[in-house]
Amino acid sequence: MKKIIIALAFLILPGLSLAAGGGYPLEKAPIDLHNKASLQNGAKLFVNYCMGCHSLEHQRYNRMARDIGLTDEQVKENLIFTGAKVGETMKNAMPKADAKRWFGVTPPDLTVISRSRGVDYLYTYLQTFYLDPTRPFGVNNAAFPNAGMPHVLWELQGMQKAVYEVHKDHDGNEAKVLKGFELVQPGSMSPPEFKEAMADLTNFLAYVGEPIQLERQWIGIWVLLFLVLLTVVFYLLKKEYWKKVH
Amino acid sequence: MANTQGTTGLVGWIDERFPLTKMMREHLTEYYAPKNFNFWYFFGSLAILVLVNQILTGIWLTMNYKPAAADAFASVEYIMRDVDWGWLIRYMHSTGASAFFIVVYLHMFRALIYGSYKKPRELIWIFGVVIFLCLMAEAFMGYLLPWGQMSYWGAQVIINLFSAIPVIGPDLSVWIRGDFVVSDATLNRFFSLHVIALPLVLVGLVVAHIIALHEVGSNNPDGVDIKKTKGPDGKPLDGIPFHPYYTVKDLVGVGVFLIFFSFVIFFAPEMGGYFLEHPNFDPADPMKTPPHIAPVWYFTPFYAILRAVPSFAGTQVWGVLAMGAAIVMLFFLPWLDRSPVKSIRYRGLLFKLVLAAFIVSFLILGYLGALPTTPARTTLAQVCSVIYFAFFFVLPILPWFEKTKPVPERVTSK
Repeated sequence: MKKIIIALAFLILPGLSLAAGGGYPLEKAPIDLHNKASLQNGAKLFVNYCMGCHSLEHQRYNRMARDIGLTDEQVKENLIFTGAKVGETMKNAMPKADAKRWFGVTPPDLTVISRSRGVDYLYTYLQTFYLDPTRPFGVNNAAFPNAGMPHVLWELQGMQKAVYEVHKDHDGNEAKVLKGFELVQPGSMSPPEFKEAMADLTNFLAYVGEPIQLERQWIGIWVLLFLVLLTVVFYLLKKEYWKKVH
Repeated sequence: MANTQGTTGLVGWIDERFPLTKMMREHLTEYYAPKNFNFWYFFGSLAILVLVNQILTGIWLTMNYKPAAADAFASVEYIMRDVDWGWLIRYMHSTGASAFFIVVYLHMFRALIYGSYKKPRELIWIFGVVIFLCLMAEAFMGYLLPWGQMSYWGAQVIINLFSAIPVIGPDLSVWIRGDFVVSDATLNRFFSLHVIALPLVLVGLVVAHIIALHEVGSNNPDGVDIKKTKGPDGKPLDGIPFHPYYTVKDLVGVGVFLIFFSFVIFFAPEMGGYFLEHPNFDPADPMKTPPHIAPVWYFTPFYAILRAVPSFAGTQVWGVLAMGAAIVMLFFLPWLDRSPVKSIRYRGLLFKLVLAAFIVSFLILGYLGALPTTPARTTLAQVCSVIYFAFFFVLPILPWFEKTKPVPERVTSK
C-alpha cells in the first residue's frame, strides 16, 4: 500500500526528472584513458563549463593532476577557481538549496556519473541539446528528454534544431521520431571540433569515475601471470602426490 | 602423563592439554575421502576460501566504511580512491559476494546430481540449506551498505514484502526498518547484522556442516559407501587421507578459481552491471524511485517466483509465501527423493529429465527476475515456477516409474 502511495506522489510531483532513456540511439564514446592531452582538455572543459553547477566531490585535484600528467602548480594556476587547496576534492561553490530552487533539481555530483549512466550516454547527452521553446531554458535534450539543464556549451556548439521524421502507425496516427539535428546558429567551434571536445570531456569523466582503472588492468596482468604459474606448480604437486593413488 | 597420540616436545605438551593432533588426524590426515572425487567436488573448499576472503576484506573495509546515511556513499568512494589498495579490497569483497553464490549454487547442484543429501547425510544437507539462507540474508544486508539507489530501493522493496503478511505485516516491516522508510536507522542495524551477527552464525553453521560431514563421511560421484569395503587395517579401500591428497588437489582448484576471480576484479569488476549494478553509483535518494528495480543476479530466481504469483483475495502475500516455499522445499529434499540409488550415474532417464527441467526452469527464472515484467514474461515465469515446485512433488513418485541401473560395489576409476 505504501508503495502505491509513494508511486502516486511521484506522478504529481512537478519538475521531477528521471534519466530514463528517450529512445534516441546512443553514440559510442571514443574512450582512451591513456590519451593525456584528451584528459587534460576534458579537465579544462569541466572546470570551465560544468563546475559552476556540478561538483566532483570525491575527486581530489592533486590526484587528478598526477593521473592526467599535470603538476600541482599547473592545476593551482589554471584549474582551481574556487580557492580550494590542491589536496582538496573538487567541490563547487553553488549552495545546494539555491540550485534546487533555480533548476528544480540539485545538479548532481558527477564523480561516478560515468559508472551509473555509462560513457555513451554522456557523450550523446552532451551533443544532443536542441532548441525547444516549451522548456524553461529554451532547450531540450535527446538522450535525456526534458532535462532540467540549460545548454551551457552553446557558445561552443552553437544552437541546433531537431529534425523529425513523421511515421504513420497502422491506426493512421502520426508519430514524430527524432532523426537528427540541424545547426541554426554556429558556435565558436566547428561541428567536428565540438565533437572532439565532447569526446575529451567524456573521456575525463570516464577517468574520474574510477581513477584506478588506469593502473588496475596493468596490475591485473601481473597477478594473472603469477596465478597461472602458481596453478601449474599446484598441478605438478598434485600429480606427484597422486602417482600412488590407483 | 603420556598422551595417547604418541607425540613429544611442544606438540606433545599441547596434546596433553588440547586435542590438537587428534583433531588434525580426525579431520585431515586420517579422514578418508573417496578417491574418485571429480570436478564437482572442488566447490566445498572453494566456498571456505570465499568465506575467508569475505571476512578478511570485510574487516579491512570496516576500518574505513561509515555506516551512516549521510556518509556511507562517500566513504565507499573514499575507500575506492584515498585508501591504499582500498579499491582492490572493495572489489575483492563485491566480487566475492557473487563468487560465493556461484560456488554455493554449484556445490548444491553437486548434491543434487550425486544424491549427497540422502541418508545418512540429511543433516549435512539441512545445515547447508540454513547456510544458504544465512548467506542470502548476509548478502541482502551487505548490499544496503554502499547506500546507492539500488541498495536503497532494493531494500525498500524486499522489506515491504513483509508488510504483505496479514495483521502483523505493516508493524513487522516498521520493526525491521526501525523507521517508516529505509533510513539511517535501517543502515545502522543492517551494518551491525552484516558485520557481526550473521558472519558469526555463518561460521558456526559451516563448522557444523563439516563436523556432520566428517561424522558420516563424504559421498562420491558413484554414490557408493566406501566404508563398506575396508582393508585388513580397517581403512576404506577406496578412501585416501584428505591430507595430503585432497589438500593438494584442492589447491589446483584454488589456483584455477583465483584466475577467474582475479580476471573479474582487475578487468571487469562491474561484470557488465551484474556484480555491481550501474544505478548503484547514484547515491540513495528516498525521493526518487529508479525506473526499474532489479535485485542482484543471485536473488533473481526467487524474485521471479515472487512476481509470478498474482495477488489473490485482496492480498499479495501469496507471492511472498511462494518465494519462501521455494527455499523451504529444499529442506525436505532428503525425504522427498525416495530412490535408493544416490548417483545420477545409476539413475534412470526419467530422473535426469526431471532434474534437467528443474535446473533449466531455475535458470530461466533467474534470467526473468532481472528484467522488467511484460505479460509474456510473467506467463513464462509462472510456467517455470510450476516446474520448479513440480520437481519436489514428482520426486517421491519417481521410483515407481524409474528404471535404475545396478550400483557397483566399489567406486569406479573414471
